[in-house]
Amino acid sequence: MRVADLRARVERLGSGVTSHVHRLGFASRFLAYLVLHSGTALRRFRLTIAEIYFAGVLSLVIILVSGLFVGMVLALQGYETLQRFGASESLGVLVALSLVRELGPVVAGLLFASRAGSAITAEIGLMKATEQLSAMEMMAVDPIARVVAPRFWGGVLSMPLLAGLFSAMGIFGGYLVGVQLIGVDAGAFWSQMQAAVDVRNDIWNGVIKSLVFGVAVTWIAVFEGYDAPPTAEGVSRATTRTVVTSSLAILFLDFILTALMFTGGNHQ
Amino acid sequence: MEIRGLSFAYDRARPVLRDINLAIPRGAVVGIMGQSGCGKTTLLRVIMGALRPSAGEARVLGHATRGLDHDGLYAMRRKMGMLFQFGALFTDMSVYENVAFPLREHTELPEDLLNDLVMMKLHAVGLRGAAHLRPTELSGGMARRVALARSIALDPQLILYDEPFTGLDPISFGVIVRLIRELNDSLGATSIMVTHDVQEALGVVDYVYFMAAGKVIAEGKPDEIRASGEPFVRQFVNGSAEGPVPFHYPAADYGADLELATA
Repeated sequence: MRVADLRARVERLGSGVTSHVHRLGFASRFLAYLVLHSGTALRRFRLTIAEIYFAGVLSLVIILVSGLFVGMVLALQGYETLQRFGASESLGVLVALSLVRELGPVVAGLLFASRAGSAITAEIGLMKATEQLSAMEMMAVDPIARVVAPRFWGGVLSMPLLAGLFSAMGIFGGYLVGVQLIGVDAGAFWSQMQAAVDVRNDIWNGVIKSLVFGVAVTWIAVFEGYDAPPTAEGVSRATTRTVVTSSLAILFLDFILTALMFTGGNHQ
Repeated sequence: MEIRGLSFAYDRARPVLRDINLAIPRGAVVGIMGQSGCGKTTLLRVIMGALRPSAGEARVLGHATRGLDHDGLYAMRRKMGMLFQFGALFTDMSVYENVAFPLREHTELPEDLLNDLVMMKLHAVGLRGAAHLRPTELSGGMARRVALARSIALDPQLILYDEPFTGLDPISFGVIVRLIRELNDSLGATSIMVTHDVQEALGVVDYVYFMAAGKVIAEGKPDEIRASGEPFVRQFVNGSAEGPVPFHYPAADYGADLELATA
């Protein structure tokens, strides 16, 4: 009995693993097809611009407000620690580096996954469930080229812009708390930040991170929507999966990218 | 359109379509009828080229669908229109943009000419005045008529209807029936209608194929179908509970399910 039970468990585990590998392969083929059929999205760029509006502009409020508060909290927490070592004038550096290197891309990515990623999955999933994608195919219009690709590129292009705005707003929040509220010298705040933040090693790496997160989140979102079972439950589950998988992917990729970018004496 | 010896199965153990033979002449309105799950919609999907037959051949508008690649399939579909069961209108576009969609995708017409064409199609289905509305503001019957206008936007040679009468009130129903006939005749198109609304469909079609369990079991003109002696067709046309299609889904012994003691 125990052997049979163990065997059933191993079989379930094996089946789960092969199913996930199969799904990853399918998602990779989907991405390759999507990229190869992006001509319409790039040629008729207004389609992509409309998606930048939905994914990017409509996410602005949550991104800007969150950035402001994250920056304010960073300044409060940072000041507490820095003043113990008499380095409170380095507050600007701490806030800026934390945001540009890490929190900007990561938190903006997580918010983007929750706000725009889930919306993209739900929209594509519902279009599938209500036969809108089939109708498009019957009109000899490829739904991946016409519906999915503009959403994908709209998300990919929006993400670095949102991360940049998140960091900028966070630095402003840090300034409000550090300089205006606590009284750190404004000159030291800005000049130390200017001296310590490097364009290539800090800002450019942050942009690369946000671009990678943008590709990951939007890829997951469009794939989950397109692959969703055409039922209310199927779309609901796909939307949840988008948020969970995207969030985990962002955190995992952040670790890998940070290890590649900021370790091994790459940056002082 | 011609189908010869066509079979289809998702897996070998359970064939969905078996040895189907159809010949549909140009200009005809043909009904494919049968109970739910008999393979009607699968047959429609094979005709559309969405499914490839396991055996046999479907020749649609001169193309053997089996050998078509992606581009060939899309070239064939440009000559076809399809009305989906619930319309499948694009909910993020207005009625006008829905009808304009195939024209924008496949032509490069100037905007004023495109406007004229869209208005003509909407006028044909009586909804020119609803051009500015969103699909969510339409009744079920209106949505079906807009979808019909969209499906004929490119003046198709073949129009497919998947359960076009589902959920319609009697007035909308009558309008759709009339439109199917009129549009087919005015466009010089051929129409294939998959439905299980037998009585209503018999009033509009020229010829009927009856399907059961993946096979064509009867065919003929509407009057021949009404007079058919085939038990399944009689049960279906008369809508009776008793006949070759049993009322009860196969089940274990009733007494056993109720746990009645046996004497």
